[in-house]
Amino acid sequence: MSEPLQGVVVTHGGVAQALVEAVKGITGDNGGLVAITNIGCSPEALLDRLDTAVGTRRVLVFTDMPAGSCFQAALKEQRDRENLAVVTGVNLPMLLDFVYHRDLSPGAAAERAMSSGNRGIRSL
Amino acid sequence: MSVVLVRIDDRLIHGQIVVGWVQALGVKRVVLVDDAVSGNEWERELYTLSVPPGLRVEFASVVEATEMMAEWMGSPDRTIVLVGNVETIIELCNGTDQIKKVNVGGLHDATGRTQRLPYVYLSEDEAAGLRALGENGIEVTAQDVPTARPVALRGFT
Repeated sequence: MSEPLQGVVVTHGGVAQALVEAVKGITGDNGGLVAITNIGCSPEALLDRLDTAVGTRRVLVFTDMPAGSCFQAALKEQRDRENLAVVTGVNLPMLLDFVYHRDLSPGAAAERAMSSGNRGIRSL
Repeated sequence: MSVVLVRIDDRLIHGQIVVGWVQALGVKRVVLVDDAVSGNEWERELYTLSVPPGLRVEFASVVEATEMMAEWMGSPDRTIVLVGNVETIIELCNGTDQIKKVNVGGLHDATGRTQRLPYVYLSEDEAAGLRALGENGIEVTAQDVPTARPVALRGFT
């Protein structure tokens, strides 16, 4: 069996770290998700951070918006890698679902993340 | 005039611009002036993907931008002209007298640069280049987000 899929959350400000902490607090997950912030980063520096976090693993990258520097870094990383998918609009339900389904391929996990993330959005 | 912001930002099109500035200034178009990006189809696609619906992105080389600046200024579309470095803005200001104001939005740490503001790092040459623009009557200020107070040229060069 291959190594479980790695989640890398890359966002503006402290969003990624806060989300990953929240997932840990709820699930006890340890290591399934890595947080990256764009604070203080040039595009090159952000890509370096992402590249280091990705390493040689199979990865699903979560970004906050389908725009901006984090999204661009994720697409640049994806261009140079196999076994890496990108999903935007990260939210807590999406990440909570992800940590229990790390046996999927990056592409299948991205599809799954879209569904679980969407299911977390409700107007009441 | 409807070029509402001429900005230097090494992140080019990113969150502060496509959300913060676009909302604050009611911008409909961002023109990215960068020789490398305008000559690279993959990068053009990347930056086109990176904007919210309703915002148009166009690309120009420095030479094209020099020729187009007057037209952009007179266009009804409220526009941000964006460059990635000090060198480009100097080329642009040398090529056209249309630019009256320059916003320094974000230049990150790199070899030879020192920190001037939390979001502005400049080499001595870059600082001198910006001061020269100021001496030519162009108002150069630093401001990362629309709600921040602009910092005058002498405050960061």
